[in-house]
Amino acid sequence: MKHLYPNLHTWSAILSIVFASVVGDVLLSRAMKQVGDVGALRRRQGLWTVIVRVLGNRNFVLGVAAMTVAFFSLLFALSWGDVSLVAPAAASLTFIGNAFAAKIFLHERVDQRRWIAAVLVAGGVALLTG
Amino acid sequence: MRLQPRRSPSKPEFQVNLRKYIVLAGVTLFAAAGDSLLSHGMKQVGSISLNHLQNVIFAILNPWVAAGIILLLAFFASYMTALSWADLTYVLPATSLGYVLLALVAKFALHEQVSPMRWAGIALIAGGVGFVAGGPSLTSHAHRERPEHLVEVDPAEISSKVEV
Repeated sequence: MKHLYPNLHTWSAILSIVFASVVGDVLLSRAMKQVGDVGALRRRQGLWTVIVRVLGNRNFVLGVAAMTVAFFSLLFALSWGDVSLVAPAAASLTFIGNAFAAKIFLHERVDQRRWIAAVLVAGGVALLTG
Repeated sequence: MRLQPRRSPSKPEFQVNLRKYIVLAGVTLFAAAGDSLLSHGMKQVGSISLNHLQNVIFAILNPWVAAGIILLLAFFASYMTALSWADLTYVLPATSLGYVLLALVAKFALHEQVSPMRWAGIALIAGGVGFVAGGPSLTSHAHRERPEHLVEVDPAEISSKVEV
């Protein structure tokens, strides 16, 4: 069970992944809701319009920046800790964080069904470390 | 053609059709494949010293890491597509379904041992995904801060709705 007690570096990197991905997910989700259904938009106005609108969206650019931070944190975490700890720990914590963030910042109706799902998935991901 | 603010769907429970399931499958597959290539590559690269953080740049030159990044870009494209018509809390469980996929590949393709605890984790994830998949895909009302929400609407459609 050595990998349950990894060094401080690994956990700092994991927390950095979680924070950056939650911020990134919220920004990207808001950006794509602003752009609208890209399938319908592409059929109506072509792929080029989709690309211009997505890349020109401020929330998208900020979201990608946050995801870049998350990505490099992941690289550091993977080089310091076991992938069997890093990936599930980061994923399950991001899950719970996202459910809260989606409710607060995106006004998604996170009903009982989705809370149960978030807890089940986070728990399941955590179990995969074993 | 005239401009009119986009109408929200009449019912939040609008159907997720086959095309949308394909996009969600892409989210799952690309995330799982990309992550495995990336972690395989980072194992080859080895530990990055805190004193030489810039070495992370060289990690990208590893072919496994590079291939992983390409797959993660494909994941990103399908993820963005999914987010354009579904809630974040609806799309996210699809990414975790990748863990289930990886375990099944490990068991049946690579003939690795999958412990009972892992099977329990897989069952929980699958159950959670099932919970969300049964519900509505979009619950948030559209944000209307930007003019790009103005979409073309057939004038005939508008005039038919105007009551004099």
